[in-house]
Amino acid sequence: MKRDLSSHILLSFIKKLAVFLLFIAPSTYADWQLNLREGVTEISRSVYSLHMIIFWICVVIAVVVFGVMLWSVIYHRKSRGAKAQNFHENVYVEIAWTIVPILILVGMAVPATATLKKMYDSSESDIDIQVTGYQWKWRYQYLESGVDFFSSLATPIEQIQGESEKTENYLLEVDNPLVIPVGKKVRFLITANDVIHSWWVPDFAVKKDAIPGFINESWVKAEHTGIYRGQCAELCGKDHGFMPIVVEVKSQEDYQLWLKDQQLAQAEKAKSAEKRWTLDELMVTGKEVYMKSCAACHQANGEGVPGAFPALKGSPLVQGDPGAHIDVVLNGKAGTAMQAFRDQLSATELAAVITYERNAWGDSLGDIISPSQIAKLKQ
Amino acid sequence: MKQASANNKLIIKLVVSVALMFGFGFALVPLYDVFCRITGINGKVDLTPATYAESSQSDRSLKIQFIAVNNESMPWQFKPNAYSMKVQLGKTYQTSYQASNMTSEYMVAQAVPSVSPSEAAQYLQKVDCFCFNRQPLKAGEVKEMGLAFNIDPQMPEYIKTITLSYTLFDITAEDSKPIASTNL
Amino acid sequence: MSATEQTVSADMQHGEVNTQDTEHHHGPAKGFSRWLFTTNHKDIGSMYLWFSLAMFMTGGCMALLIRMELFQPGLQMMQPDFFNQMTTMHGLIMVFGAVMPAFVGLANWMIPMMIGAPDMALPRLNNWSFWILPFAFSMMLFTLFMEGGAPNFGWTFYAPLSTTYAPPSVTFFIFAVHMMGISSIMGAINVIVTILNMRPKGMVMMKLPLFVWTWLITAFLLILVMPVLAGVVTMMLMDIHFGTSFFSAAGGGDPVLFQHVFWFFGHPEVYIMILPAFGVVSEIIPTFSRKKLFGYSSMVYATSSIAFLSFIVWAHHMFTVGMPLAGELFFMFATMLIAVPTGVKVFNWVATMFRGSMTFETPMLFAIAFVVLFSIGGFSGLMLAIAPVDFQYHDTYFVVAHFHYVLVPGSVFSIMAAAYYWLPKWTGNYYNEKMGKLHFWLSFIGINITFFPMHFVGLAGMPRRIPDYALQFADFNAVSSVGAFIFGFSQLLFIYNIVSCIRTKNQATPEVWEGAKGLEWTVPSPAPYHTFTTPPKVD
Repeated sequence: MKRDLSSHILLSFIKKLAVFLLFIAPSTYADWQLNLREGVTEISRSVYSLHMIIFWICVVIAVVVFGVMLWSVIYHRKSRGAKAQNFHENVYVEIAWTIVPILILVGMAVPATATLKKMYDSSESDIDIQVTGYQWKWRYQYLESGVDFFSSLATPIEQIQGESEKTENYLLEVDNPLVIPVGKKVRFLITANDVIHSWWVPDFAVKKDAIPGFINESWVKAEHTGIYRGQCAELCGKDHGFMPIVVEVKSQEDYQLWLKDQQLAQAEKAKSAEKRWTLDELMVTGKEVYMKSCAACHQANGEGVPGAFPALKGSPLVQGDPGAHIDVVLNGKAGTAMQAFRDQLSATELAAVITYERNAWGDSLGDIISPSQIAKLKQ
Repeated sequence: MKQASANNKLIIKLVVSVALMFGFGFALVPLYDVFCRITGINGKVDLTPATYAESSQSDRSLKIQFIAVNNESMPWQFKPNAYSMKVQLGKTYQTSYQASNMTSEYMVAQAVPSVSPSEAAQYLQKVDCFCFNRQPLKAGEVKEMGLAFNIDPQMPEYIKTITLSYTLFDITAEDSKPIASTNL
Repeated sequence: MSATEQTVSADMQHGEVNTQDTEHHHGPAKGFSRWLFTTNHKDIGSMYLWFSLAMFMTGGCMALLIRMELFQPGLQMMQPDFFNQMTTMHGLIMVFGAVMPAFVGLANWMIPMMIGAPDMALPRLNNWSFWILPFAFSMMLFTLFMEGGAPNFGWTFYAPLSTTYAPPSVTFFIFAVHMMGISSIMGAINVIVTILNMRPKGMVMMKLPLFVWTWLITAFLLILVMPVLAGVVTMMLMDIHFGTSFFSAAGGGDPVLFQHVFWFFGHPEVYIMILPAFGVVSEIIPTFSRKKLFGYSSMVYATSSIAFLSFIVWAHHMFTVGMPLAGELFFMFATMLIAVPTGVKVFNWVATMFRGSMTFETPMLFAIAFVVLFSIGGFSGLMLAIAPVDFQYHDTYFVVAHFHYVLVPGSVFSIMAAAYYWLPKWTGNYYNEKMGKLHFWLSFIGINITFFPMHFVGLAGMPRRIPDYALQFADFNAVSSVGAFIFGFSQLLFIYNIVSCIRTKNQATPEVWEGAKGLEWTVPSPAPYHTFTTPPKVD
């Protein structure tokens, strides 16, 4: 753990504190959103109106109850000479304030039940997407078209550690967003690879737990194109806060184009493995992949976290036989946090990252793991 | 003295209820299983073959989707051979999944089925399923794993599509232990 | 310790007054062995309260670390894994170390005095149930220094994050939970036997003070659910070390089963932390309104029905796990029903104040704040009960705001109210009223600045248990952090008030408060070491 209580942080803390004490809203991030989003689906709008109805009912009850209390606090105080009355029971009043809340609750339950039923509608969908939670990224598989990719945080580590300016969609941006067409019923089949995650997009009012070994479903019919952002909502370990969800809703035509692009790109990736790669090229790609997929645990400098994640720098596995190294990266290591990256990365990316690990951090072995070699293993 | 014996009686009762509640915690495990089997609350499917024969067929049909999931550090290739089927209720169908062990070691896997929507689970009868047994595969071996099922015509009308997923777990390490140890 | 001297001198005073009791009359032993071997309910009560205060400050420091990290976006203070350890330990310590022991301490001190019994029914058991706690919590805190760190899977420790993926310290966590569980169960047995068997003639059940009633019901809840918690952690232990698969799908288990069993314990646990608070407030409001509690019997029935309902609503914590429609509806309706008895209680308190003759000493201020702020937590609870909307609230800061509103200005405020209310009885001295009020107002302001904005960030979409967040949540988080520091540091005043109340002579009368009714106010202040060695007459 890093307890870097540097003067910089302390100073900024004091500065902010001062600003608040002076009641000047700091407008650096200025977004004082108070309420739930209405969202872009029929369901999310009915959820929103349900939320507002119940909120206002609560407000009315609060005003009445606290009003009576405030009245007593003001007028029935001893310093005003109030004399305590003797009553301490009244069957009629007590029955009334049992029955009336029940009626109010029934009034709330009726629309709530209707909305819930709509959410559970399992009629035929146009597109089915399998959503799998991984520590700490999402995988999307389009069942009909075979498109299959991982989606992980795109915010650079420098922004998180405060070494560079945070940009607009800080922590809410991914490398490969999920893309769905507008106006179509899309069913999500949600599961997990390791621990329990939860797939949540507020604008769709969809939140479903992703549970290893079990499948859950949910659906959405987005009414407007646009980009919608959400996050994992169930504590899933160290980087639970760093696995956002981004959904791009496109028009039907754009969606078809995107789908074609994806299929082309997948073929392209397979081809790129056949090309001859130089060490330098592999190192550049490898560093990118490493920062995205490995640095969260093994750290950017390859030194790992003692007791939790082993160091790669100077490790016998990385320094030794390439076969064993490749095996661990491709197939993971059972009983540890080391995942199998076989499906998560392309042959080229795998070759690059293994090459990078073997040559970065000064312990350069000079050996190249070629993408074609990995491609063969992946088949 | 009367006080002491009254206390003792009450203490014994309370200690017994503590013990019973401790037992109840454990009893929740099979109770939950029974409860789930009856209501299908968690989409968990029976791991024992259905003794159910082909029943009265119905004209209704629905779509069944097949999904394959690998649990973490399970490096096999695993996919259904058919992604979806239109099936008639009450009729028995055959399909299969393909698994291939891409590693250089002998491994054992257990497939765990799950159905969505969960209330459909109890109407999905598996006549034969590769999930009934653990699946050993030698290094580099590829295997077609069969599945025979039918859907009870009692399936509620409002369910139009069901999804059957199999998650493949690596149990090479625990291979010596019995599976489903908590399934009483 | 000056508390010792106080009680000793008090006891001598009492000896002079009450000379018939010579055979029972012996003062406390001297030195540390007094505390180690004591079987006196007042000594044990004091130890529970001091222990709880220490844990409250420890858990509070963790909360401040959390709030410091969340003061602005980005990772400044700590790595995410340590952040998770902090949220987990903060939750566990506050629930099991601060709130529960505080109520047990109050029960120890007050139940025998309120029902007119000489001591708890099982004094030796009482000693053990306290002395287990320091060991349990030392073990728990020690895990912070272990390799792999302390538990980092949240206080709800969902499998498989807490089994297959847990740090090695999880085994110590499990043992610590077992020890706390045993302590709570022994405490609960003691309370039940005391209340049912130790009442003097004439103290019929429907004459029991409400604090005693709520504690009796709480003790039954403890007896029924703490063993289930012990069961669930035992299953975890077996999954981790003995290869069973209760919670692992691979071996035929089910991670959702963990949540069902956990919340079967967890929901009643929530009421274990609030029912005694209801009792405390039901004692304080009538005293300072100088008016009898409105609807005594409906209070008793409402408490019992809340306790009953708490067993059939657990799955409302799990609306998003994918239950079938029927299950969601059942748990939604059952949960909404809880609003009815809870409402009855709030209405009764308001009706008690209505047409009373109120004064606003510190305990009353805390009690009034309790009624208002707990109700706000109740309203957000009602909103959370609505399953389709819960999909938006679940696991966001809206939930964090909700349960902190019921636990901090709820349970914790009631404990503080109780402390100020009974301090003169415990120490024989009035506390400093000005300082007490200052403590109240700082806490009240701090708490609302901390937790109210959490409603907004939650609705705006901020998930809970994250060490870093998107920029649109930045402003409210900064506000919350400032509030947390105000609230946190004002607790130093609380400690000061307690200590100075013990040390500064300001003799309290036996009744202490003008409007106070009940047996505990008939004994001298401070309460002698032994009270009601001869049963009091109850009419």
